[in-house]
Amino acid sequence: MSKPRIAVVAFPGSNDDRDALVALQALGAEAVAVWHAAEHLPDVAGIVLPGGFSYGDYLRCGAIARFSPAMRAVSEFAADGGPVLGICNGFQILCEAGLLPGALRPNASLSFVCRDVDLRIERTDTPFTSLCEPGQTLTIPIKHGEGCWYADDGLLGELEANGQIVLRYEDNPNGSIADVAGVVNAERNVMGLMPHPEHAVDPLLGSTDGALILRGLVEAARDRSVVGIGV
Amino acid sequence: MRATVLVRPKPGILDPQGQAVEGSLRQLGFPVGDARVGRVVDLEVESADPAAARAEVERMCEQLLANPLIESYEIELEGAS
Repeated sequence: MSKPRIAVVAFPGSNDDRDALVALQALGAEAVAVWHAAEHLPDVAGIVLPGGFSYGDYLRCGAIARFSPAMRAVSEFAADGGPVLGICNGFQILCEAGLLPGALRPNASLSFVCRDVDLRIERTDTPFTSLCEPGQTLTIPIKHGEGCWYADDGLLGELEANGQIVLRYEDNPNGSIADVAGVVNAERNVMGLMPHPEHAVDPLLGSTDGALILRGLVEAARDRSVVGIGV
Repeated sequence: MRATVLVRPKPGILDPQGQAVEGSLRQLGFPVGDARVGRVVDLEVESADPAAARAEVERMCEQLLANPLIESYEIELEGAS
């Protein structure tokens, strides 16, 4: 069985791109690094926007990176139904780009939080959580200063009704509205989360729960590759 | 023409930075309340026509300088009333 190719798009200031590449590779993907200046993506079946501090978090986290040339290709890929996963800064970029709902603000505590957190799986009807059980608890690390997800009451109600809130913190570490840790778009092919699944794929790292989410992406990419070959 | 953009967290949005500043000011003995911290962007726009300049800066705010979901903005033009 051929390996699905997944791009990890690195921006100036990304720092989890290599971990994402290693994790995806270990989970059976052919992970390829793509620099943000690329106007065209290689032929890929999935995309990861990794964590870090793109453009030094200037203006707002992710606000500058969304204008990188590669983001146009990412948007087109997402519009075509391709699976896109944004992790931490990648989540912030997807929100700023309008590919995901809401915005990320400084943590309520104003502290940078770096520790393992427990997450509750709210939805399994997304490619990224298809290997999880509803209500399952995953232990995955967070490390962010601006992970306080915000949506106003109207937007939150809409997202709850559409089942777009995918992950919640068991014990809210950052003041995020409704304990939200991860969301998907209405079409369910774009997901963002503040926790770092790529840092939880090996027992040596304390948890392998992140592999469930990344493997979900790898499987979705595999399905897309197969369809692509058929066409 | 010189333009100044003031970007503020919208009312109701949690502003921990403002809270921290307020706490420090109170420690210094200033009896302040409801401190909010925003951002100032000063820039030079080519247009000399205030209406055109304002319209252009508004587009900048919508597209980049502010996130309309969480921030409000105010534009001041030098010399314009």
